[in-house]
Amino acid sequence: MGTRVALFATCLTDTFFPDTARAVVRLLERLGCDVDFPAAQTCCGQMHYNTGYRAHAVKLAKRHAKAFDGYDAVVAPSGSCAGMVREVYPDLHRRTESVARRTYELSEFLVDVLGVTDVGAYFPHRVTYHPTCHSLRMLGVGEKPLELLRHVRGLDLVELSGADSCCGFGGTFALKNAETSTAMLADKMTHVLETRAQVVTAGDNSCLMHIGGGLSRLKTGVRSLHLAEILASTEEEPWAATP
Amino acid sequence: MADARSVILGRIRAALADRPGPVTVPREYDRVRDLGDVLTLFEKQVADYRAVVRRVAESALPAEIESSLTAHGVRVMVTPADVPTWWRVGQFVWSLDAPMSPLPNAALDRADGVLTGCAVAIAQTGTIVLDAGYAQGRRALTLLPDYHLCVVHADQVVATVPEALARLESTRPLTFISGPSATSDIELDRVEGVHGPRNLEVLIVG
Amino acid sequence: MGRNPVTWLGSPTFPNAARDALSDVQLRGNLAHATTTIRTKRAAAVAELPDWQRLRESGQAIKDEVLSNLDSYLERLEAAVTARGGIVHWARDAAEANEIVLRLVKEAGASEVVKVKSMATAEIGLNEALEEGGVSAIETDLAELIVQLGDDRPSHILVPAIHRNRSEIRDIFRSRMSGVEDLSDTPAELAEAARAHLRRKFLSAKVAISGANFAVADTGSVVVVESEGNGRMCLTLPETLITVMGIEKLVPTWSDLEVFLQLLPRSSTAERMNPYTSVWTGVTPGDGPRKFHLVLLDNGRTQTLADRVGRQALRCIRCSACLNVCPVYERTGGQAYGSVYPGPIGAILTPQLGAGTDDPQTAALLKSLPFASSLCGACYEVCPVRIDIPSVLVHLRGKAVEGTHTPESVAMAAASWVMQSPARFRLAQRAASVLRLISRRGKVKRLPWPGSKWTDSRDLPAPAAETFSAWWRRTRG
Repeated sequence: MGTRVALFATCLTDTFFPDTARAVVRLLERLGCDVDFPAAQTCCGQMHYNTGYRAHAVKLAKRHAKAFDGYDAVVAPSGSCAGMVREVYPDLHRRTESVARRTYELSEFLVDVLGVTDVGAYFPHRVTYHPTCHSLRMLGVGEKPLELLRHVRGLDLVELSGADSCCGFGGTFALKNAETSTAMLADKMTHVLETRAQVVTAGDNSCLMHIGGGLSRLKTGVRSLHLAEILASTEEEPWAATP
Repeated sequence: MADARSVILGRIRAALADRPGPVTVPREYDRVRDLGDVLTLFEKQVADYRAVVRRVAESALPAEIESSLTAHGVRVMVTPADVPTWWRVGQFVWSLDAPMSPLPNAALDRADGVLTGCAVAIAQTGTIVLDAGYAQGRRALTLLPDYHLCVVHADQVVATVPEALARLESTRPLTFISGPSATSDIELDRVEGVHGPRNLEVLIVG
Repeated sequence: MGRNPVTWLGSPTFPNAARDALSDVQLRGNLAHATTTIRTKRAAAVAELPDWQRLRESGQAIKDEVLSNLDSYLERLEAAVTARGGIVHWARDAAEANEIVLRLVKEAGASEVVKVKSMATAEIGLNEALEEGGVSAIETDLAELIVQLGDDRPSHILVPAIHRNRSEIRDIFRSRMSGVEDLSDTPAELAEAARAHLRRKFLSAKVAISGANFAVADTGSVVVVESEGNGRMCLTLPETLITVMGIEKLVPTWSDLEVFLQLLPRSSTAERMNPYTSVWTGVTPGDGPRKFHLVLLDNGRTQTLADRVGRQALRCIRCSACLNVCPVYERTGGQAYGSVYPGPIGAILTPQLGAGTDDPQTAALLKSLPFASSLCGACYEVCPVRIDIPSVLVHLRGKAVEGTHTPESVAMAAASWVMQSPARFRLAQRAASVLRLISRRGKVKRLPWPGSKWTDSRDLPAPAAETFSAWWRRTRG
């Protein structure tokens, strides 16, 4: 039997982007992992923590740690939520140290733990990649997502200028400072459109919801798609979102 | 009412009531660094600031000073009284500044240039440091004239900032000079030439 | 206690100020141009030093050491400065510092002073206080001069006039200086105009006022780092020099400066070294001012020091690298922060220095500042003294919402209660799916407040018909 992996879907992906979580399952199983979805999981508490409601975050952190007890690895299709667990949790409560150590963002898990950069994917589209801030600066995933994308057959990877600038999401920042957030988004969208990519991808559905929400509002025709969904796609079974 | 001093010190002690633990300062950075030939590097970095810089032989120094001053078209030069007499080459008017007979600011302002030595020079950053010691004079001297000709001897050039600081005495008045006066205040781009000397020329001897 | 002038009276909260700033197309263009230029240059300057990260670690630790023993380092500095002929003054707050400086200027018989750019004197509103006392203060740094002549406010720590482009600067100079009717907008000509304008002032000033970048506790040496030579003019020519310095600006020993003289220039102006650095210790007979006064300023620093998380903001060496990389600052500019300290460092420093205000409008501004960030972390990455700005922002957000009863705090408590139980979460997911009813092709285009804050500029995906957890239960459960 392969590595026993718990999928930490994140509350946002579970509710709004179930295709991403299904893609992670398909991808990890294809790579020989034994994937489970602990039913007790809800939310890591990042929104509470980042907005200043630490006490609520501590409660959620404790129950998150319990929900993921006993798995070799916890994998999240989110740099931001994985960053919360790994980098912030130990500061919130002692009992979260174990889950913090075992938590990985998807691209890290693929490259560092499974040791693969070619996941056998096929995705014949022009794609640009936005490195989300927390995956880049909190977790330091570096080139890993790009390495994975470079090995996807048929994929035409176009460099995004100003890639490491924040898209302006920032959780509740997008609401509390909506105008500034939108100004940041406008510049990000300009750069995305400059690439003439059909798809903008990233490792976080939160940022993609923001970028994609803007692109959709402007009827640009550019799709936002999570990295997992690209990596899950193969020639035999092209990724098709659920009807 | 308690005086401000004791109030502030009291506030600090209260603020540190949690007794933040002793700090061990890591010193893993490079105090010395192999940067190849330091004179070549120094020359390159000084030039990078758009200062004029030349390597000259010790024996040719007076002639080189003369050619610099001639090229610059100066007439009245100020200099600290203790610069070697052979630096004060002919055909120019030399005003000497000495502790007992300081030149008035107006005279410094009117002078066409100033000639000094230096205390230390830093290759990596292209910096010369004056410490008001031998052949350097007081600080105003190298400030008011619009042209500064500085003689740097090879043994005064060190590779790094830490090496330079180790050679300096902090209680002397020090001026670190890296290129001509400049500003980044317009659109964050460097432009040479504001209040300090707009022309800096360095002669590296040896 | 008087009002702390670290914030400007009557400033709106950050989101409201940002809204106005964002609509200024010229401002956004100027800022984008300047910050992009400096970001690229900084990256190159830093890449030249292979030990950059080790220098940052040392810089952080040296500052932490100072803060941990601030009382004894200050006493040591005081003794060293005094032994070298300087006079040390202590000021609890802005009003006290301003009083001291005004008294010293009057004792020196001056009605006009020249000033070197200094954050400490900007923070305490010294120019205004001197003006009220009948003393005019002349800013000599080019950018400060632009702000002063333009009756403007600063918008950057290093380059207070960063929001102005060259042609705006030319217009300000033309209208406020004499004999410059033909001035062009080339930076060299603008700098030349400033040189001519200030030369006479430097030569006639009796008193100069400066800040300090560093002071060495052991030796009493004070350091000013600058570019134009206006600093050298002020520090050497007048008879009296008054330096106003925040109590946190210390380093223990002379050799500690070897770290900061490498970190600061590359972080701030992206140079290997800034054109001029001046170091003086007390008074040197025959060289420079005959009287030296050092004013040690608290003004909210000790209350900042009392916060175990927030105190790291006192490591700041005012390089402004965090401003230059901040995506929020780049869009809104500095004035939206309502303080002389803008950008990420301002968002953590201003609320701490100004805490305890009894003015409700100021209190609202201070509470809004820690939220003026998307927590992208670019600031922490470049900070030469490794201030974990995102963590301090989150910490100060906590203080801002502590004990509040607002729609937000109620919503947060409700969300937390829901998320405490998977069953409640599943119910909430099902409830959220009502959004599907108002969606078209999977997109929600318009929501009532506060959802409108999202949908004003972005579509929201409709919740999935079947959540992932529901799918897992159905297919794998």
